[in-house]
Amino acid sequence: MATDRNRLTPVRLGVSVLVLAVVLIAAICVGAADLGWSRVAAELWAQLSGTTSPLDQREADILWQLRVPRVVLAGLVGAALASAGAAYQGVFRNPLADPYLLGAAAGAGLGATVAVVFAPDARTWIIGPIPLAAFFGALLGVGLTWLLGRSASGTGTAILLLAGVAVAAFLTAVQTFVQQLDTNSIKQVYTWMLGGLNTSGWQDVLITLPYLVPAGIVLCLCTRLLDVLALGDDEAGSLGVRPGRVRLVVLGAASLATAAAVSVSGLIGFVGIVVPHVVRLLAGASYRVVLPLSLIGGGIFLVIADEIARTVIAPAELPLGVITAFTGAPFFVLVLRRNRGKLR
Amino acid sequence: MSRLALSILLLFTLVGCAGRETAPAATSSATAGFPVRVDVPGGQPLTLDRRPDHIVSLSPSSTETLFAIGAGAQVVAVDDQSDYPPAAPHTALSGLTPNVEAIAAYKPDLVVASADTSGLVAGLGKLGIKTLVLPSAQTLDDAYAQMTTLGKATGQTPAADKLVAGLKSDLAALVAATPRPATPLTYYHELSQDYYSANSRTFVGQVYGLFGLVNVADTAPSSSGYPQLSAEALVKADPKLIFLADTQCCRQDAAAVAARPGWSAISAVKTGNVVGLDDDVASRWGPRLLDFAKAVAAAVTKAAPGGH
Repeated sequence: MATDRNRLTPVRLGVSVLVLAVVLIAAICVGAADLGWSRVAAELWAQLSGTTSPLDQREADILWQLRVPRVVLAGLVGAALASAGAAYQGVFRNPLADPYLLGAAAGAGLGATVAVVFAPDARTWIIGPIPLAAFFGALLGVGLTWLLGRSASGTGTAILLLAGVAVAAFLTAVQTFVQQLDTNSIKQVYTWMLGGLNTSGWQDVLITLPYLVPAGIVLCLCTRLLDVLALGDDEAGSLGVRPGRVRLVVLGAASLATAAAVSVSGLIGFVGIVVPHVVRLLAGASYRVVLPLSLIGGGIFLVIADEIARTVIAPAELPLGVITAFTGAPFFVLVLRRNRGKLR
Repeated sequence: MSRLALSILLLFTLVGCAGRETAPAATSSATAGFPVRVDVPGGQPLTLDRRPDHIVSLSPSSTETLFAIGAGAQVVAVDDQSDYPPAAPHTALSGLTPNVEAIAAYKPDLVVASADTSGLVAGLGKLGIKTLVLPSAQTLDDAYAQMTTLGKATGQTPAADKLVAGLKSDLAALVAATPRPATPLTYYHELSQDYYSANSRTFVGQVYGLFGLVNVADTAPSSSGYPQLSAEALVKADPKLIFLADTQCCRQDAAAVAARPGWSAISAVKTGNVVGLDDDVASRWGPRLLDFAKAVAAAVTKAAPGGH
C-alpha cells in the first residue's frame, strides 16, 4: 500500500479515464440549445453505425461545430492548466505555485492588449491576432522571468519567484499604459481577460494541440525527476540529477502548455492550483501519480465547469472563471476537511 | 521633528495670507430665465445662477445633444470619447476616470457627466463647480427628458423642445412607413464578438420594439439587460436579422459573422440580413437615435417578405 501511493496503478488510471469519458459524453449531450440528450445520443450512434440521425442540419451544426469542439477545448485547457500547475508546484516545492506564477498571465495580457490596440484589422491570419499575441506574450513573460532570475542567482528557485513577481508587475504596468493610450480597447481586452470558451471552434483545438501534446508528454516523462527534486537540490545532485536542467525543461514544457491554454481561453484561475492538490489528497503526493492524474482531473474539472457556465442560465452565459472558483473552492474545502492530517 | 512641524505650520500660514484675484462679479448681463432650477432625472435638482457659457461635457451623448440644441458655442471642452459632432472642442479629458484638476483647468461653470465616477461631483463641488449627472437612458422617454434638461440648463429650452418634438414625429413617421410582417421578425443585437447583447428592456431594445421586432435575448435571464448569449442558443434561435454594434470596437461585419463556426446556418446570414451599425450611433441616447432607427427601418424593410 505504501508503494501504491507512489505508483499510477491501472485501477487509478482506469477510474479517472472512465470518469473523464462519462463527463465528456454528458457534456456533449446537454447544452444551451435543447437538442434532447437521447437525440444527441442517437446522433452519436448514427455517426458510428451509419444510420439515419434524428437531428436536422442546423441541430447537427450546433452539435458538431459549436458544442463538441467547445467540450474538447475545455478538456484540453483544463488538462494543460492543471498539469502545468502541478509541474510548477514540483519545481518550486511550493504548494501555492500556479501556472501564472512566472509572468505568463501578465505577458499574455500585454500581448492581447497590444494586438487589440495596434493590430485591430489583422484578421486574415489562420487565427485571430489576440490568441497569437497572447501566446507569445505569455512566453515572453516567462522568458524574461527566467533570464532575470538566472542573472541574479543561477539556478535558485526563490530568486526565480521574486523575478516572476517583478516581471508580472512590470508587464501589467505596460499593459495598463498601452490600454490607456486607446480606451476603446478596454472592452475587448477585458472580454479576453475574463476568459471563456463561448466563441471557440475546431480551429482553436487545432492550433493548441501541437503545443499541448508535446508539453504533456514531456511533463509526464519528467515525473520521476520531479520526485527526486522534491528531496532538495543537494540530495538530487548526489543522485546524479542536475536540478537546474530539470527545472528548465519542466518549466519550459509547463509554460508552453500554459501559453497555449491562455491564448484560446483567456485567464481562467483556480484550475492549476486546486486540481493538483485534490489529486494529492485523494491519490498520493508522488509526481508519478500527481502529474498524469492532474492532467486527466484538470480536463474533468474544466469540462464540468464549462458545462455549468453554458447551461445554468441558458441561453445566457456565465464567465468560466466565476464557475471554476465558485465550484472549486467549496470542493477543495471539503477535500481538505476529509483529509485533515494528511496535509502538513 | 518640531522644526519640520513648525515650517509646515509656517507654510500654511503663508498660504493663508496670500492674496487672491477675486472672481469677476456676476455680470448683470446674465441671460433671461436665470437663475434656473433644473430637475435632474433620478438626482438632486440643480440651481444655476447664470447661463453657463464654459461647459465641459464628459458624456458623448450629452455632447451631441448640446450641439444639436444650439448650446455648442457654450461648450469649452469635451471628453476623449465625445467624437461627434466634429466641431466639438475635443480634449484628452476622460469621463471614465475623470481628473478634477484637469477638468477645473478649463474653468467650467457647468460640467455634464454620465456618472459620478471617483468622487467627481464632490471634487468639483469643492471648487464651486456645478455638475449635471445624466446617466444612461433606460427608455426613450429618459432620452427625451435629458434633452429637455440640457435645454433648460443651458438656456436653450425652445431649441431643446423643438429637437424632442422633431425626434418624436420623425420616429413616428418612420415607424408608420416601415412594413410590419404578420409574423414578427426576430433579431439579435450584438455588442461584442463574444455575444454580449441587449434585451428589450434596454434603450436600444426599445427602439427595435417600436418596429415590432422580437429580441432573441429576451429569454436569457439578465438583471442588467445586457446578457452574454450562448453561441448554441443563438444558432438555435435562428434570428431573421442580426445587427452588429461592434463594427468599430471589434471590426465585425457580415463576412466575419458568416465565418463563425455554425453561424452559416442562421437565417439572417443565409438571407444577407446581417446589418453593420455605427457602434456609437447604436449606443448613445442623443439626437442621432433617429439615424439608428433609420438603419433599423431599412433593415426591416429589406428583410420583410417581398422587401428589397
